[in-house]
Amino acid sequence: MSNVVIKAENVSKQYRLGQVGTGTLSHDLKRWWALARGKEDPFLKVGVENERTQKATSEYAWALRDVNFEISQGDTVGIIGKNGAGKSTLLKLLSRVTGPTTGEIKIKGRIASLLEVGTGFNPELTGRDNIYMNGTILGMTKKEINRKFDEIVDFSGVEMYIDTPVKRYSSGMYVRLAFGVAAHLEPEILIVDEVLAVGDAEFQKKCLGKMGDVASHGRTVIFVSHNMQAVQSLCRSTMYMKAGRLIETGPTERVISNYLNREVKNCIAQRWELADAPGNNRVQLLSAELNVDNPENNNIIDVGTTFDLKFEIYNHVEGANLNLSLVLNTTAGVCVFNVTTPATILSKGHHTSVLTIPGRLLNDDVYTISLYIVRDTSAVEHVIHDLLTFEVVDEQRQGAWFGKWIGAVRPTTLSFTLT
Amino acid sequence: MAHHTVRNDAEKWDIRITAKQKYFELNLAELWRYRDLLTMFIKKDIVTVYKQTILGPIWFVMQPILTALVFMVIFSRVARLPTGNVPPVLFYLGSLTLFNYFSETFRVTSKTFSENATVFGKVYFPRLILPMAKVISGVVKLMIQFALFFLVWGFYLIKGSNMQPNWHMVFFPVIILLLSLMCFGFGILVTSFTTKYRDLNFLIAFGVQLWMYITPVLYPITIVSKERQIWFWLNPLTSVIEAFKYGFFGRKGGEWSYSWLLYSTLVTLVMLFMGIIAFNKVEKKFIDTV
Repeated sequence: MSNVVIKAENVSKQYRLGQVGTGTLSHDLKRWWALARGKEDPFLKVGVENERTQKATSEYAWALRDVNFEISQGDTVGIIGKNGAGKSTLLKLLSRVTGPTTGEIKIKGRIASLLEVGTGFNPELTGRDNIYMNGTILGMTKKEINRKFDEIVDFSGVEMYIDTPVKRYSSGMYVRLAFGVAAHLEPEILIVDEVLAVGDAEFQKKCLGKMGDVASHGRTVIFVSHNMQAVQSLCRSTMYMKAGRLIETGPTERVISNYLNREVKNCIAQRWELADAPGNNRVQLLSAELNVDNPENNNIIDVGTTFDLKFEIYNHVEGANLNLSLVLNTTAGVCVFNVTTPATILSKGHHTSVLTIPGRLLNDDVYTISLYIVRDTSAVEHVIHDLLTFEVVDEQRQGAWFGKWIGAVRPTTLSFTLT
Repeated sequence: MAHHTVRNDAEKWDIRITAKQKYFELNLAELWRYRDLLTMFIKKDIVTVYKQTILGPIWFVMQPILTALVFMVIFSRVARLPTGNVPPVLFYLGSLTLFNYFSETFRVTSKTFSENATVFGKVYFPRLILPMAKVISGVVKLMIQFALFFLVWGFYLIKGSNMQPNWHMVFFPVIILLLSLMCFGFGILVTSFTTKYRDLNFLIAFGVQLWMYITPVLYPITIVSKERQIWFWLNPLTSVIEAFKYGFFGRKGGEWSYSWLLYSTLVTLVMLFMGIIAFNKVEKKFIDTV
């Protein structure tokens, strides 16, 4: 049997919704009265799962519901899930920042958590003092910091300014110093929130390397992230959370692929009968669909996937001069491109149009398309906005940087060399 | 879940995070483990206060001097409140310094939760470390200020005044200790309640100001008629301030009462005990309500 260092049993966490501070006294009294008569806490019975798409029906919500897991020594465990899935709440419980409503978490060994870098930094204090301040807050002793001091300074590259108040630091220096302290913690269990999202590429590489070191020394690492890339490369096993519940625990590869299948909601096909198809009495759209080259992959589109957008129209007017114009937008509303088919004289009847989008063009993002049916290259016959929606997910990336790749597109066909 | 392991994992876990908790819990071993953090907080409190001021640490002593002078003009010259046979400046300097230590420390410890919510939301450490640091850094400042008091006191003694300092002075450290426990206990009790019921904050800010006037800080208790004195003695600060004045100024400056000192000690211990209970209860959950 492996050595279990963290064990969570039926852990639930309830939050009160709405404005805290109004009516709490009366609730407190009611609760107290119920408990005094030996009854159950009346406010623990009601409760909904933390599903943010629905309006809350109760005053209390469960951020975590009956979570059970075990983590063994030396494990590197990722926690993934959408916003509001309970990841942060679980981290807070593990970090002992707040307590559970029911259940118990048992921990063996010294635990240090990085929910942010630079906790307790005081701008008036010098870099030196802040190393001690931050280090001791994270649970190190002065002796340990003395031993690591030079390494920390070296790691963050601020030796010139070590006796300057940190309020004079650039934000980069500040973050590097803060991470330097964090990276030199030597707890048996390290809990990391998405603090890796800071700093430049070179620095991220350093940090990840450091985390890898920690893990390889037989220590336990728990890593919470939205970034499948980072989770995939750092964590052996992964926990997938949804609406406060632990849905799945297992090998990272499998859990991530299940996560993507369940959470990525694509609208990749639309079909109409002629009677109610969008359009007018001259031309109508019958269907739109997205086809992926490798359907065995559950229609997950990653950055490298080539896919087709296929449209079917019905032309009522013999000899009409039509063309399609497609606008691709990100859901944030950025227009990525607008392409058109050549204007074509069409016979009456069904016609098909296909746009192939090669792999390594789009970035990881959610995209929507709008389709224009145009006559005589000038008059818009019909427009359908948000016709299809699809998410492109990041692929297994080379190198040591896992930050979000910026930009609406990520072309690799451009020639960009370094010799 | 392996059910069969549930019974025989009586193995020792280092940390158990549960909803249940003991009423009174004072984990001294843990506080000791975090002693370096305590030193850092104390250092921060003292070093950062007067950063980027021209006079720097001199402000530590400027404050009591200026207040003592202002009070001397108002209460001694204008209102003509007697100060026994003690020079008014010295009288005010001594008792005001003591009272300000109490009120200032009480004020900051009673904001422990509200002012540190962000740090508490990010990292765990024994929360009691913070009010402890505030009390200790307060004592350090108090000592600096008392150096000034001793200078002025010595000056008046040499110059010849009819004060009667006596052996009760040796209780000075006890007085400081009692006062420290008092503001610590009151502070953690109040901060535990203000996380939920914020109105208390306003009450405290206002109340501490008024408290000074019902404490014999600006006058000796002897000016109060015998039958009314009991109401003043019920204030736990009274016996402490009086004891201080008795030791350094003599009979005319203050009054010594073992029984009321004992009373103040008991009140302090009860407050401290209740404070720790309330603090324990709040520290685990308060981050959900801020």
